[in-house]
Amino acid sequence: MPASYFDVDGTLVSSNLIPPTLYYLANQPTPLHVARKIGKALLKAPAMVWAELQDRRLFNEVLFSTFEGMSEDRLITLSDDVFERVLKPKLFPGAKDLVQTSLDKGHDVVLVSGALDVVVAHMAKYLGATDYIANRLEIKDLYATGKLQRPVVAGPNKSLLVRDHARAHGHDLDACFAYSDSYSDVPMLSIVGYPVAVNPDRRLRLLAKAYHWPIIQLQKAA
Amino acid sequence: MSHPCLVTLDSRSAPRTLFSGDQLVQVDLPTGSRVLYPKAPIKPLNDVDAAIRYAINHPEGSEPLYALLKPGMKITIAVDDISLPLPPMRRPDVRERVLTIVLDMLADHGVDDIEIIIATSVHRRMKDFEVRHMVGDKIFDAFWPDKLYNHDGEDQDNMVFLGATDEGEEVELSRRAVEADLVIYVNLNLVPMDGGHKSVAVGLCGYRSLRAHHNPEVMRQCHSYMNPETSALSRSVDRMGRLVAKKMKIFTIETVVNNRMFDTPLAFLAKNEDELSGSEQVALRALRFSLDKLPQAARQAIFQRVPSPYGVIAVHAGETEATHAKTLVKNFEQYCVPVKGQCDILVSGIPYISPYNVNSFLNPLLVQVMANGYMFNLYKGAPMIKKGGTMIVLHPCTDQFDNEHHAPYIEFVHRLLPETRDAVELHKRYESQFANNPAYIEMYRAGHAYHPTHPFFMWYWGEAGRQHLGRMIVVGADNEYIPKLLGWETARTMEEALRMAKLTAPPDPDILCLHMPPIGMAEVTLNNGSRPPVSSKRW
Repeated sequence: MPASYFDVDGTLVSSNLIPPTLYYLANQPTPLHVARKIGKALLKAPAMVWAELQDRRLFNEVLFSTFEGMSEDRLITLSDDVFERVLKPKLFPGAKDLVQTSLDKGHDVVLVSGALDVVVAHMAKYLGATDYIANRLEIKDLYATGKLQRPVVAGPNKSLLVRDHARAHGHDLDACFAYSDSYSDVPMLSIVGYPVAVNPDRRLRLLAKAYHWPIIQLQKAA
Repeated sequence: MSHPCLVTLDSRSAPRTLFSGDQLVQVDLPTGSRVLYPKAPIKPLNDVDAAIRYAINHPEGSEPLYALLKPGMKITIAVDDISLPLPPMRRPDVRERVLTIVLDMLADHGVDDIEIIIATSVHRRMKDFEVRHMVGDKIFDAFWPDKLYNHDGEDQDNMVFLGATDEGEEVELSRRAVEADLVIYVNLNLVPMDGGHKSVAVGLCGYRSLRAHHNPEVMRQCHSYMNPETSALSRSVDRMGRLVAKKMKIFTIETVVNNRMFDTPLAFLAKNEDELSGSEQVALRALRFSLDKLPQAARQAIFQRVPSPYGVIAVHAGETEATHAKTLVKNFEQYCVPVKGQCDILVSGIPYISPYNVNSFLNPLLVQVMANGYMFNLYKGAPMIKKGGTMIVLHPCTDQFDNEHHAPYIEFVHRLLPETRDAVELHKRYESQFANNPAYIEMYRAGHAYHPTHPFFMWYWGEAGRQHLGRMIVVGADNEYIPKLLGWETARTMEEALRMAKLTAPPDPDILCLHMPPIGMAEVTLNNGSRPPVSSKRW
């Protein structure tokens, strides 16, 4: 059975990792905690900009370091709200149809996201996805250390994770599909038999045209 | 004496001007070659609106439309898509005229549960500006997008299985049409293969139904697509249409247009080159010069963006088969030119347009369809060319595709054709793989791409031609790769192509040249007066 691997941010939702993170930071036990968390995040903003210019994996690590000291309980409790209030309203109109079409054709649907696993789990359930690959925070004594567990889900790592997932679940990569909006996901797109660009950025659009990859525009879905 | 549209060339004849994509090419054909020109456009009706009203009030084999209407009933109007006519018709499109009159009548009878479906089948969804062009501003503003929309053959929740014919052909149609109290079909009949039962049974179906007849076996039994009597495709569609007609109430309105594809400034393109006036010769030279100097996009814009001044020559309405019989008479009257005897070598230009590339580029697979499918099949009676003969076509065969409209075509041409050109093998090995490709299906449903099985149908469409022809030579290809993928030979000039063709032709071969567009058809009788062979198969 083939599988369809979907990048999430920008592909299925018109959002990135920052709004969910801000929602977490803005929902702390006391206003003082909120101010402290957001203040720390603001101090890290230049580092985030620099990291984004270097490498998506580095950006993820700097961004998620703002979760340091957050309780596991809070991470899980708020995840439902993060999905319902931040991500669900940002789902592209055709996103659910796109996933459903793959399910209808008998594919396993796997979400591949740099977001936190606790949040992506809700999205996977909502979309009917079979599985998900997402970032996991390191937890020590029930509190987040601010570090991501290895391997970090970003850039070229995604291709390794997809390859491992396919092998573990008996999917022939030549028969698998991968969907993404970003040039940074070209490694993931390149290892499957059927890469698809969804709402592609400029560089991915050029590449998709050059290699005749299908291009889907979800924003325009009626 | 031959028909005036069938011209035999002599030693003083001027070169013929043929389309090669969006370029015009002059070719010298040997003395004695025959050139088939389209008939002059039939004079259009003086009052089209009156003809529409007359047709729906005096229908064939049915009560008048007004007698079928009751207040509060549920009506579905289905309308032909943009694949007809070619290029699109100058506004008002005849479909707008019919819809305007029908909608007024429905309003007068208290019918307000109306939805208009563009019967795209597995064609691409029409864009809003294309729909507006077709139905007019008033109807578009009133109905689009909730009550006027493109058919979606992959919307499984809204497709209904009606049953199967005695031959096992499965009929599945749009739920809105099946559940309506009355379906009114508004057709535009450009060529004889359009209309009739094809309108509803194909226009509103999905892949499940199409695969019953859009397959290599059926296509090989079509002699030709343009003659419903000898087309297995047409007979299959008729069987399915009769099943539909038993379960649904359908009122068919068919309109017939003439072949006035070019307006006055370009009308000389349909004329015998020996009869061009001085000013027309200058205009032809200027046009050829301009096309030669302009970039491809500008050439395409010249030909595709300018709507054609088609004239409406007939309107018939009522029961589907009775209506269509009258339509076909008019179609054949417009197109058929009697031709005696088959040729050994058939020459044809391939123009820039086909039913499947409105507002996009004629990609290599569509070039194949135009040659093996459309040009080869422009006959009634016997094929224009003898079995095993050579067809020479002119086209650059540029390796270019429209990513939005023709995404599945690209994979078909560049991944499958290098594997095999055998239609049966392609059908068996790859068709269901494409049919189940979720990305392509999403591009068909939410974007503007043809259904993933459409490139297969385009290949099968060329099957009758491929089975009949011995060789295909293309003149003027800008690459060797695409012709090789299509199984074609290449020649740099017409002279070279003719020399190659004569190697496998009898001495002093008969050469027939199709001078099209505009559209014409050959009604071919064999030299010995015998009837052309008709397949004994069940089709």
